[in-house]
Amino acid sequence: MPSVSGIARRRNEMIIEGLLFMSALSSILITAGIIAILVFETIEFFKVVPLKDFLTDTQWTPLFVNKHYGILTLFAGTFLTTFFAMIVALPVGLISAIYLSEYAPAWLRSIIKPGLEVLAAIPSVVYGYFALLFVTPLLQRFIPHLSGFNSISPGIVMGVMIIPIVSSLSEDALHAVPISLREGALALGATRFQVATRVVLPAALSGVASSFILGISRAIGETMVVAIAAGQQPRLTLNPLVPIETVTAYIVQVSLGDTPTGTLEYKTIFAAGMSLFVVTFVFNIFSYILKKRFREEYE
Amino acid sequence: MDVALRVEGLNVFYDDKRVLKDITMEIPRNTVTAVIGPSGCGKSTFIRCLNRMNDLIPRFRLTGRVIYKDRDIYSNGVDIITLRRQIGMVFQKPNPFPKSIYENIAYGLRIQGVKDKRRIDQVVEESLRKAALWDEVKDHLNSSALSLSGGQQQRLCIARALAVEPEIILFDEPCSALDPIATAKIEDLIMDLKNTYTVVIVTHNMQQAARVSEYTAFLYLGELIEYDKTEKIFTNPSQRLTEEYITGRFG
Repeated sequence: MPSVSGIARRRNEMIIEGLLFMSALSSILITAGIIAILVFETIEFFKVVPLKDFLTDTQWTPLFVNKHYGILTLFAGTFLTTFFAMIVALPVGLISAIYLSEYAPAWLRSIIKPGLEVLAAIPSVVYGYFALLFVTPLLQRFIPHLSGFNSISPGIVMGVMIIPIVSSLSEDALHAVPISLREGALALGATRFQVATRVVLPAALSGVASSFILGISRAIGETMVVAIAAGQQPRLTLNPLVPIETVTAYIVQVSLGDTPTGTLEYKTIFAAGMSLFVVTFVFNIFSYILKKRFREEYE
Repeated sequence: MDVALRVEGLNVFYDDKRVLKDITMEIPRNTVTAVIGPSGCGKSTFIRCLNRMNDLIPRFRLTGRVIYKDRDIYSNGVDIITLRRQIGMVFQKPNPFPKSIYENIAYGLRIQGVKDKRRIDQVVEESLRKAALWDEVKDHLNSSALSLSGGQQQRLCIARALAVEPEIILFDEPCSALDPIATAKIEDLIMDLKNTYTVVIVTHNMQQAARVSEYTAFLYLGELIEYDKTEKIFTNPSQRLTEEYITGRFG
């Protein structure tokens, strides 16, 4: 026979478990809710605009009289800024990860690692006006035809912003490679560089790739920097010197503007948001699969 | 006696803790020398001093000399990379690279810049034959080294060490993670190797030392208690401590 206090205790345990379960469930429900609304509004949008136009039209002018809905135009902008971000973030992130994991003495590591993480703590709006008011004028000294709004400057700044993501996750992957592999290579007469590049890096490749993909996905979804410094002119181009508009910046533009709720113009942001979500979701799944494979090998 | 390695007054400290005390011994060429002793006696630390693997440990400090080819390997200007090619090492746990069987053996050559495919093919085969692994793996050289059994992985690691043509091979408890059958194969291999190489093996298994070695050193609490012909150590040791250890009274 359980005692009275035992029953009370068990009841309390059940209440606590229930509460914990509810809060865990709520995050899933909220996500599901967001996706449901995205999907619903997107379907409404595609009742009016054919999917084919959406994917193949070369202009994006839903706010003008002559309306076009070519999402590629916005994705061209996103591609450009993401491209420059990756040119900065991937090599710098990887090299600093290799340095931190394979070369840096413990004391230096304990300074550099938090230092890099501070980069991640700077609000993205600060990066945005840093791109607009500092990096763009600086670049204009070297590139005379560079517009005040362009994709190269916010791209580079966004890259700096993403370095910590790439370096921190890559470093975790490199660090997780067993010491015994390094010793095995050193005992064969490998230099530290050969150990790093020919044993540790290949062994950590899936983890490193996962960090790259997460970085790309972050750049695609990043909003503030590009909304501030890349411009608001949707343009299907690969020219990094002229103003463009990214998917995210467009969503900001409409959300902050005077577009009436419920109109087709308004619904474009759901279609754009849905496209963005699909792309980053696919990237994140890739990253997850790679990371899982890496874990299976070593942890 | 033809000496391959001479250790003179070797002391090792981790921070201020002295883990090896004034060790002096000569390791003869083309023989198997075993280092035995209870856990924590410093035998792994000792063997890792012989090809400077301890350099990786930040708080490690060493005094004394290790003479190889008339030169102290700890003196200034010694090329550690070349040294480690000449004095190879096989570790406690098999540590094949997550690459194919072939690439594991080829690694040592590739980092030396060898590109000649035929030469690499040849070294891979020779090394695997010497490590008595060729017949088991020759049909799937391109499969992952991690797909091999523990004993096969350890022989692969031996083959990998042989591929760079060392003079001396250090074995740091190479069988501690293996079953008795795999252990017997490694022991046979070690006895074959001494015709061509100088072998130093650390082991906590006294029977193993008795089976494979000609000379045995007994370390206790960082001190070299006794070093002599294996037969003498196991039948008629001159130190009481050695006798107590080999008869199983402690350790």
